[in-house]
Amino acid sequence: MKRRDPATFHRLNRRDLLLAGAAGVFVFAVPVRALTRPSLAAAILAFTGDAPVKESGVHFEIAPLVENGNAVPVKIDVDSPMTADNHVRRIALLTEKNPQADVAIFHLGARAGRAQVATRIRLATSQVVVALAELSDGSYVISRANVVVTIAACIEDLSDE
Amino acid sequence: MTRALVNVPKTATRGEIIEIRAMIAHPMETGYREGVNGARIPRNIIKRFVCKYEGEEIFSADLFPAIAANPFISFTTTATVSGTITFEWTDDQGEMQTASATITVT
Amino acid sequence: MPAPAWLAFAVLAMFASAESAGEIPFKDRRSGFDLMSPQTQAMQADDASNPGMLWVIDGERLWQESLGKAGKSCASCHGDAVNSMRGVAARYPAYDERSKRPIDLSGRIINCRQKQQPAPPLARESDELLALTAYVAHQSRGMPITPATDPRLEPFRDKGRGWFERRLGQLQISCASCHDDRWGARLGGSIIPQAHPTGYPLYRLEWQTLGSLQRRLRGCLVGVRAEPFAYGAPEYVDIELFLMSRAAGLNVDTPAVRP
Repeated sequence: MKRRDPATFHRLNRRDLLLAGAAGVFVFAVPVRALTRPSLAAAILAFTGDAPVKESGVHFEIAPLVENGNAVPVKIDVDSPMTADNHVRRIALLTEKNPQADVAIFHLGARAGRAQVATRIRLATSQVVVALAELSDGSYVISRANVVVTIAACIEDLSDE
Repeated sequence: MTRALVNVPKTATRGEIIEIRAMIAHPMETGYREGVNGARIPRNIIKRFVCKYEGEEIFSADLFPAIAANPFISFTTTATVSGTITFEWTDDQGEMQTASATITVT
Repeated sequence: MPAPAWLAFAVLAMFASAESAGEIPFKDRRSGFDLMSPQTQAMQADDASNPGMLWVIDGERLWQESLGKAGKSCASCHGDAVNSMRGVAARYPAYDERSKRPIDLSGRIINCRQKQQPAPPLARESDELLALTAYVAHQSRGMPITPATDPRLEPFRDKGRGWFERRLGQLQISCASCHDDRWGARLGGSIIPQAHPTGYPLYRLEWQTLGSLQRRLRGCLVGVRAEPFAYGAPEYVDIELFLMSRAAGLNVDTPAVRP
């Protein structure tokens, strides 16, 4: 950066403005990727469409404070008789602040016996995580969890090792 | 070389709900990490998991980069007949890895 | 006139704190497992969900693999690892007659492959070496760590202790400052463990893969802004020798899972 004496300080020429603007754009370029992903609400809507979504019947097990965001165990259990007429068709896991909203979509059916799945997921930062189930009558049930992540998962500096 | 661990009960009674666990070695490279010199490491994940019971699909999953490395999935099914339960993992390139287990249902 | 009570307490406190700056007494020794969240403990405890087991089953396959000009496998000489390797990891590092110094389990496997099979050398931290080391160490799971008593190991163990107690790096922090004096406290979001290498090679969530004790030590050295030793350096084996005697009595739990 060129040194400037106080007398000329107020006279920003066009090149300085362009540089400042470019610096400003650069600073914002890094998290822009995160800003362009759909919001959690939009992601839920993409999964459910116009269908009604009830906040009951979903047992979502995820630690409120996570040791490492690289592998967070989750377990989802949806109340359902799992008969041919009344069962869970799909269970989706969605996140609020990961680079992408979708984590997994599990396809079940009456033959599953129980609407129960478990897996391990990655969380980039502290955020809301959602377990969303589609029932055979076309309605949806949902459970939201607030998770605190102390170490980020998706962003890793490999030059350390 | 498929490195997978699948856990299916060896025996069950007809109609019993059994728990199945499947885990496969895979880095699940998200596509968001930067390696040496800031070069983006390309995405390389298992994107589909299918479980079949005597050839019939009983469970499947669409996986995204937020599934942790060496993906582990646990689910349930109803024991119907004796036979083979197969597991298929398909990655972004369409390459499939498989594993299987047998169950005796009485 | 007898010493006032407060003086007696002060002297006692002085000696007590001097003692706490040394090795952790046996009754207070805790595996890193005990300091983890229940979720991570569950990940380790269940072989069907422990990612480290993926390397153990691979190691089982490699143990049987015939290689090299003589077409020998590990099994050709050592038979069934479940029997022949039982207790081995619990007493390593051991004294190596050839190099006249301690050798770690991975180093022994590298040597065996090169000299006995013979087969192409295995690189440190390669999946193959990690798998074989994990498979062999796994055969000691559940057994208490019983350090080798060979007196020729003593000078190397003392060197290892020296590294543990020395302030290192730009941050001038010693292993002891955290792992002897502040275990159980938090560093950032993590609980500081006592640093007993009971479960190596282990699956570290931070690495998203299996890794060796040397990889973990390198991480710590970089963390205090010290130049890490190269993989395979004798310093790591000396440190491991000391750490294993410091962990004596705790059970081997390879493959462990740690955050």
